[in-house]
Amino acid sequence: MEGISDLLHGFSVVLSWTNFFYMLVGIILGVIIGVLPGLGGANGVAILLPLTFSMPPTSAIILLSCIYWGALFGGAITSILFNIPGEPWSVATTFDGHPMAQKGQAGEALTAAFTSSFVGALFAVIVITLAAPLVASFALQFGPAEKFSVFFLAFCSFVGMGKEPPAKTIAAMMLGFALAAVGTDTVTGSLRLTFGSTELLSGFDFLVAVIGLFGIGEILLTMEEGLSFRGKAAAINPAVVWQTWKGLPRYWMTMLRSCLIGCWMGITPAGATPASFMSYGIAKRSSKDGAKFGTGEIEGVIAPETAAHAAGTSALLPMLALGVPGSPTAAVLLGGLLIWGLQPGPLLFVEQKDFVWGLIASMYLGNIVGLAVVLTMVPVFAAILRVPFGIIAPIILVICAIGAYTVHNNSFDVIMMLVFGVVGYFFKKCNYPLAPLVLAIVLGDKAEEAFRQSLLISGGSVSVFWSSGLVGTIMALGLVALFWPAISNLLGRLVRQRTPA
Amino acid sequence: MSNSPRASGSPGPRQRTVEAGVALFVLALGVITIVGSLQVGIGWGDEGPKSGFFPFWVGLIVVLASVVNFVRALAIAPGRLFAEWSQLAEVRKVVIPMAIYVSAVPWLGIYLSSGLLIAGFMRWLGRYGWPLTLCISLALPILTYVTFERWFLVPLPKGPIEDWLGL
Repeated sequence: MEGISDLLHGFSVVLSWTNFFYMLVGIILGVIIGVLPGLGGANGVAILLPLTFSMPPTSAIILLSCIYWGALFGGAITSILFNIPGEPWSVATTFDGHPMAQKGQAGEALTAAFTSSFVGALFAVIVITLAAPLVASFALQFGPAEKFSVFFLAFCSFVGMGKEPPAKTIAAMMLGFALAAVGTDTVTGSLRLTFGSTELLSGFDFLVAVIGLFGIGEILLTMEEGLSFRGKAAAINPAVVWQTWKGLPRYWMTMLRSCLIGCWMGITPAGATPASFMSYGIAKRSSKDGAKFGTGEIEGVIAPETAAHAAGTSALLPMLALGVPGSPTAAVLLGGLLIWGLQPGPLLFVEQKDFVWGLIASMYLGNIVGLAVVLTMVPVFAAILRVPFGIIAPIILVICAIGAYTVHNNSFDVIMMLVFGVVGYFFKKCNYPLAPLVLAIVLGDKAEEAFRQSLLISGGSVSVFWSSGLVGTIMALGLVALFWPAISNLLGRLVRQRTPA
Repeated sequence: MSNSPRASGSPGPRQRTVEAGVALFVLALGVITIVGSLQVGIGWGDEGPKSGFFPFWVGLIVVLASVVNFVRALAIAPGRLFAEWSQLAEVRKVVIPMAIYVSAVPWLGIYLSSGLLIAGFMRWLGRYGWPLTLCISLALPILTYVTFERWFLVPLPKGPIEDWLGL
């Protein structure tokens, strides 16, 4: 097996004390970021990205991806102990996690959450190890039309799979494309949409948008809700961990199902949040204790956590193999790759073997280190949340501002960050999804380039997008994803009509 | 919750008003995109589609989707509140200091402005005593300085204080 030897080579790249140190720092920072309101995986990575420019790419990606794993773990802590989801994907964890903590089973809930997160992530990493090289070698044959069709599929999935009204998803997404278009046209090099402003010459940077939309916007929401952090005490001792672990294998079916849901939702960029809700819903319906869900069932913690981590991890598969990130955080990591001079996409697997397999190997190690860190350090992280909001809020605001400034060493970006923050607050309150907006800012130029090159090849005829079987199939899948709510509705009605007859 | 300062009037802005406003805001951005695209040309040039081609269609979709969102917003029940005035006052307590902060950064440098922001927040919103306030609002800029300028060699904006200190 070529894959195994590549992976082993990856481990040899990663296994050094420096990288292990970065891994540990990344996980701890990530959990802190996941625990704090206003700092999440996406903008945590965005803020720290400029600091890694001088590091070797492999160490940098290890640090940043470990922040991501840490943030995924961290969300569970606040959900269970404080009933406050630190991240959107841990909302479903509060349903049963917090009742468990109220019953005095915080240790069991946390152990179950961390362990199932770990299982979900591990499953997704194995999927990446096996599938990513295949997808990449397949995608090597892609021309501009195929590339565009993949973007098309990714963005259509947002519209069809998202919980938000389709018109809002489309508006947010297209706004992202419009923002991406501002500045220099990457194809011809001419300027557009700047309206004579020198500040807009370089366009809108998605890192600034991420920090504003997710960071500042989140703080504003937290202020409005007037959160008071009153949490349950957390104590995890080895006996509790051992007891919980002994009980977990009983739920293997729930875990497997959640892994599959998570991987599917992560690869098609629906993301970790819908994955966790869907997994919770299905577990509730199929479990024999389904009626007790919401009162502190351990299965209700396992299902969403497994799916969220599987989705969060597998979101990196399309990012690495196709250059299309499956989540906002994956999009930020993709932005990082571009800044380090690496071109994400199928060629990465050919030209940057060390980097790719180092990253994949670090996913295995990072999650093992992560599990150990969170299990041993929960009380420390819970203590951070007890720091009053009046102290934490201005510190987070300052960190966001510094992060926005360091993207381009530009004070104007700090102002833009606040503008994005206010917009993010209103968008969130009005149920506009932010993830497609961010992904569109990141991918706008690439999608446009692929679109225009395809048209150039065909001489302006849009028929190029269904000229061959492959392109046609991906475009058709995109259309199915786009109209999925209507299609599933129609199918459901057909089935219902047939049953009585 | 009738303890808001303007209990006599409506307790807060309506969801439908705000949603309609957001839809119009996005619509305006779409129109700006279309205008900008028309300026650079949306047709077919020597090198294929002109610069405005792609953003023009993007802008058009933004406008169309916003029209749908606007109509949908008007259908929201008038009783639904966006937020209460008292809640919005909390939000304003962050937005206004932040606006002053971001406009001060180019003049005062990031260290002094950050210290002032933290001090202001802790003192007037958190009602902490001076010792703790001073402690944190001095410690964070110094920590930032050491991390960024010394460790990672990333320069941050500086102002008169840093000049005076000779940093």
